[in-house]
Amino acid sequence: MRFERVRKLYKFRELLFMLTIRDFKLRYKQSVMGVLWALLMPIAVVAAGMIIRLVAQSAEIKGFEISSIIVKSLPWAFFISALRFSTNSLLGNSNLVAKVAFPKEVFPLAAIAACLTDFAISLIAGTVALLLLGHHFPATTPIAFALLLPIIALVTGAGLLLSSLNLFFRDVKFIVEVILMFAIFFTPVLYNVEMVGKWAPLLLINPMAPLLEGIRDTAVLGQMPDPLWTSYACIMSFGILIVGYKAFKNLENMFAERI
Amino acid sequence: MTTQTIRVEHVFKKFRRGEYHDSLRDLLPALSAKLFRRMAGRQRELKQQEFWALDDVSFKLERGEAVAIIGHNGAGKSTLLKHLTGVLTPTRGNIVMNGRVSALIEVGAGFHPLLTGRENVFLNGVILGMTLPEIRRKFDEIVAFSGLEDFIDTPVRRYSSGMFARLGFSVAAHLDPEILLIDEVLSVGDFMFQAKGVEKMKSIVAGGATVVFVSHNLQSVLELCPRCLLMDHGHLLADGPTSEVTRSYLEIGRRQHCTETGQPAEISSCTLRNADGPSSVFQAGEEIFVDAKLKITQPLRGVDVLVRIIDGSRYEASNLSLERMGISLETLQAGEQLEFSLRMLAHLVSGSYQLSVAVRDVARGRDIVAMQQPLAFFVKARPGDRGVANLYPTLIDYKRGDATAAQSMVPK
Repeated sequence: MRFERVRKLYKFRELLFMLTIRDFKLRYKQSVMGVLWALLMPIAVVAAGMIIRLVAQSAEIKGFEISSIIVKSLPWAFFISALRFSTNSLLGNSNLVAKVAFPKEVFPLAAIAACLTDFAISLIAGTVALLLLGHHFPATTPIAFALLLPIIALVTGAGLLLSSLNLFFRDVKFIVEVILMFAIFFTPVLYNVEMVGKWAPLLLINPMAPLLEGIRDTAVLGQMPDPLWTSYACIMSFGILIVGYKAFKNLENMFAERI
Repeated sequence: MTTQTIRVEHVFKKFRRGEYHDSLRDLLPALSAKLFRRMAGRQRELKQQEFWALDDVSFKLERGEAVAIIGHNGAGKSTLLKHLTGVLTPTRGNIVMNGRVSALIEVGAGFHPLLTGRENVFLNGVILGMTLPEIRRKFDEIVAFSGLEDFIDTPVRRYSSGMFARLGFSVAAHLDPEILLIDEVLSVGDFMFQAKGVEKMKSIVAGGATVVFVSHNLQSVLELCPRCLLMDHGHLLADGPTSEVTRSYLEIGRRQHCTETGQPAEISSCTLRNADGPSSVFQAGEEIFVDAKLKITQPLRGVDVLVRIIDGSRYEASNLSLERMGISLETLQAGEQLEFSLRMLAHLVSGSYQLSVAVRDVARGRDIVAMQQPLAFFVKARPGDRGVANLYPTLIDYKRGDATAAQSMVPK
């Protein structure tokens, strides 16, 4: 029986791997620019941030501000696309969900993993861009990478939950779109939390906010992330992962009938 | 260690007719309606939408057994198979599967049109439960079996539907399972490929796998499976030797063959028999009798009565007409009754056939009335030949050996 479990896990890993490759390949098939699209989304977010800053501040943007926009936009772009793709993942694979028996979480996980591949590409490009801009990575930078883990956990938990709900209520994907559209205003991506003054704690309730701020603190400012808010965000993220996974597993055996 | 590989115990599955609520906009009114109904004490209305797709189904399979599931559309065959794969879970009851399960529910499920044949073979293989090293090892064999060597790096979106199905079947046929579940996948591709598919399935069965096979093709059912389950409206009607069960399956078909009333003519009865009595299984060369009764309800001119026989691939094996047998049906009065009996010889190859009677307007070239449900019958020929015609082959000479001393070795 134990052997059986190991074999199943191995199979699951291969399936996840193949579906990830498929999702990644499909995204750029038949497009002229191909994988360059993986860079375009973050570039667009960074450009939007700089334009807003220019208009709002009407002063010259300091170098480290550009760096912080880049450093925050990349994980944010990953978060958005991963949430979007994972929400649609079950419905998009409906013929497999209804016909083949294997753990269904492989679909949202593969969607997220494909976005993670995009993210890795944009991360390399972002690093090159930062170095060209003369950015010096402080010694605390490795902590920024550690802060990506709760982000991945958060998007996985939310993706599992939303993808299964999307099967039962097709409204979910529209709600997700609307929320994502507004999220950029309520998440400190293009601005920093200290800019909003006394309302800062309200913004930080969103677990993405302390995590993005923490990434900026460690990768740009060279200081430690706020311990209280960071632990709060980690607990929230992994909590959502657990809740999302449990909910997914509870709903799983109804998928084939309701699709 | 038990030898039973599949155990199905009193399995029930409840399905619901009608729409599920797929958006919140639908759900909210439905919820309030439900609430209102509950207050009014009319809960039975919801229950009426439900029905048993599987109704107390039980059977056991020993290791290495090959069993077919037959039944009419909507009888619950595929639902049962989906329970065996684990895609669906029973409302009540128990299913135990011992062994590595592979399911061929739909050929090419999971093929993505934009990916090439090669990419899809790997993806589909993993989806069906093979490991990557296994697929790498068998890849050439899979492609060779499909006969698509030249197109393997073409996106499957540009494949014809036959090519698509062939590749899908080839991947699936190279699984190496302990339990193999097959749902009507042998009917893909052309005639040659189908024969190849049946051969492949036979070798899997011979290899000791437990096989559950859902099909409408009685020919391949008889060839592959000694045991057969008959499903009807969610019930397990029969479980036994294939030849007996297929006979009762054909009986079901015979009960419902006449035309609707209110047509210009009605076919009030039509039955098949051999020299001994009602039958739906015939030996090749045996006599087949067709007895039919027709009632004319409106005056008709220039009509003919046709008897058509089509084979398992829907080719017309024979087309007989009363006119061509010398009966003129120039004018028919309302209230007239026609009755005829035909004797035919089953000069047919093994397989399942369908016979139907129709009244045809010769001038306009269309059927005025035809049997709603054709009569199914089955021909057994020895040796089991294939093709369209039974030429009654007999081996009269066969030589093997070197050129000087060839020996005749015709089996007696």
